[in-house]
Amino acid sequence: MANYGIIITQMESFSSIIFYITSFLLMYVQVFFMVTFLEKRREIKKREDVIELDSYPSITVIVPCWNEEKTIDKTVKSLLGVNYPKDKFFITLVNDGSTDGTKQVFSKYEGHPQIKLFHQENSGKHVALNLGLENATTPFIACLDADSYVHPQSVTRMMTYFISDPSVMAVAPVAIVDAPKTLIQKIQLVEYNMSAFTKQMLALVSGMHVTPGTLPIYRKEVFDLIGGFRKAYNTEDGEIALRMHKNHLKIAYCADAYVYTTAPASVPKLYKQRLRWMYGFINNVIDYRTMLFNPKFGVLGLLSLPSGLIAIFGIIFLFFKIIANIFNFIYEKAVQYSVVGSEGLVSRFTYSFDVFNINTKAIVFIVIIMYIFSVVSIILGTRIVSLKTKFPLYTIPFMIIYSIIAPFWMLKAIYNVATSQSTTWR
Amino acid sequence: MEKKDKQPFIKYLVVFIITLFIFVIASYLADFFTNKKIGEIKTVQDKIFIDLLSSETQFSLLQEIPCNTDSDSIVSPEMNELSQKLASSEHNSSISDEELTNLKKYYTILEIKDYLLTKRISERCSTKNEFILYFYDKNDCADCVKQDYILDDLRNKYPQLRVYLFDTELDLSALRSMVSIYKPEKDATSWLVINGKVYTGLKSIEDIEKILPGLKASLKTNTTTDAKKGAKTTEQSSVKTN
Repeated sequence: MANYGIIITQMESFSSIIFYITSFLLMYVQVFFMVTFLEKRREIKKREDVIELDSYPSITVIVPCWNEEKTIDKTVKSLLGVNYPKDKFFITLVNDGSTDGTKQVFSKYEGHPQIKLFHQENSGKHVALNLGLENATTPFIACLDADSYVHPQSVTRMMTYFISDPSVMAVAPVAIVDAPKTLIQKIQLVEYNMSAFTKQMLALVSGMHVTPGTLPIYRKEVFDLIGGFRKAYNTEDGEIALRMHKNHLKIAYCADAYVYTTAPASVPKLYKQRLRWMYGFINNVIDYRTMLFNPKFGVLGLLSLPSGLIAIFGIIFLFFKIIANIFNFIYEKAVQYSVVGSEGLVSRFTYSFDVFNINTKAIVFIVIIMYIFSVVSIILGTRIVSLKTKFPLYTIPFMIIYSIIAPFWMLKAIYNVATSQSTTWR
Repeated sequence: MEKKDKQPFIKYLVVFIITLFIFVIASYLADFFTNKKIGEIKTVQDKIFIDLLSSETQFSLLQEIPCNTDSDSIVSPEMNELSQKLASSEHNSSISDEELTNLKKYYTILEIKDYLLTKRISERCSTKNEFILYFYDKNDCADCVKQDYILDDLRNKYPQLRVYLFDTELDLSALRSMVSIYKPEKDATSWLVINGKVYTGLKSIEDIEKILPGLKASLKTNTTTDAKKGAKTTEQSSVKTN
């Protein structure tokens, strides 16, 4: 006869050990961010005034477009509205073989003194960016997704980082969800705020692992030194950041440069976007595995990249633990129902409500503390993004919905990596 | 340059110490609440122990005086509560195996004492108590959980039914004696003893109700008595009103 009790107890002990190790590592990362915040909070720049630079180096913003007829006009208008001298600020629009009306929208800007237009056969975002790079003559290059809109002061604020520190080779701005309407967009607003805090903390210790497509500005020499953009599993922004780190090129984060981006409005769209991000992240980490746990690459090698992998493992593990608990609960109730019927089930349910029955294991307190850290990160991120210290309304829905849906794109990404299946843009 | 290289290492160490400290706090909180729970269990156990002592004394008195005292008042009503609290602590607190085993041993002794005393009172005063003993090995028992639910349900349904659960894995001489008295002939890891007779295999609510027909009958009697009492009260109130 099988020793059911012993097997269950052993499984529970094994799962508890994994849980304690994973939660310790995840909490370590959270504590690291909090310590970094306390240590370097004065270095976070928050400027509300219009900044005047002594000199204005020329910048080219490359905007790759693939079927962006609905958003490209707004994107270009936001770029034309940027507070930067017109003769120093250029826009390169690259139509990557769009099949919608993008070409027609482009034609509106033909002959514009600040805008160059290019058309290519559909070859991917990285090829479009490289086409823009080849035709750029300015000392600074920026990239902008065609569904993102730039705050007028952002470019000037980002340029101060290059001027004050010649070792800074790229600066990333803060991404904010533009005009969130659906619940999914509103919870992403909370996520982006938390991400702003994380990126700021990582940037302060030279550990930022991505230069997102929302207007990162690079010195042109970055591309001269390490080459142009690569396909990199449709996450060229993550790959170039890792390549920069590998070549010890510094990336800064400008917490008061805002770029508004259109977030996916529904769960399927969000799933597809995150699957691409996750798939790209895992593959890029595999490609740059020599940087993992390598002290030569500082915080990036010892914390940023490992923590990303631990987070994936932790979230999936927690998901399966919750699923197992739900399954156990349902199974237990089904067994109860089969032997005592509905009457017995109800009477058992009533007396099981007792303060004494509240779980007081260390695991519970650890989870509570981790959630508190997450909420603090969201509040601090909100302060970075909006200069206001507040508890975003959609924090709790964000935590609940993401705990349910995030494991799916993580699991699928792992599956795709394992089976070498690629992801698509849309 | 050297200073710059040492700084991150110190930071990693500081972060590690803080994280460890947080885990220690979480563990301390868990211990604090577990100790409170253990304290609560011990209070209930002590109360049961005092009740049993009192009952034993009362029983000695009963042997000399007629059975005119309500026998229900001399059994310990907290036995169920204690059993539930022990089960809950096992799953929902950081109670150590050693502490849990000790509490279970104490509970088992109380159960045996309660069983013996209630049985003696029942025999002496011819009360309608029925007794079920359930012996199980929780590490080797496929139907224990089901049987436990069934017994729990019966216990809630029939107040005169006394159910005692014994974990045979506990190293307790009194329990070993109980096991040797009520051991089934065939090898079994769990078995029921209903009014002194041994039954193996899962017994459903209906099976047990068939074995103990007095249960349903007493429920009917109680309902009739309650109804009569209710009618009487209504009568009295109507007289009062008049």
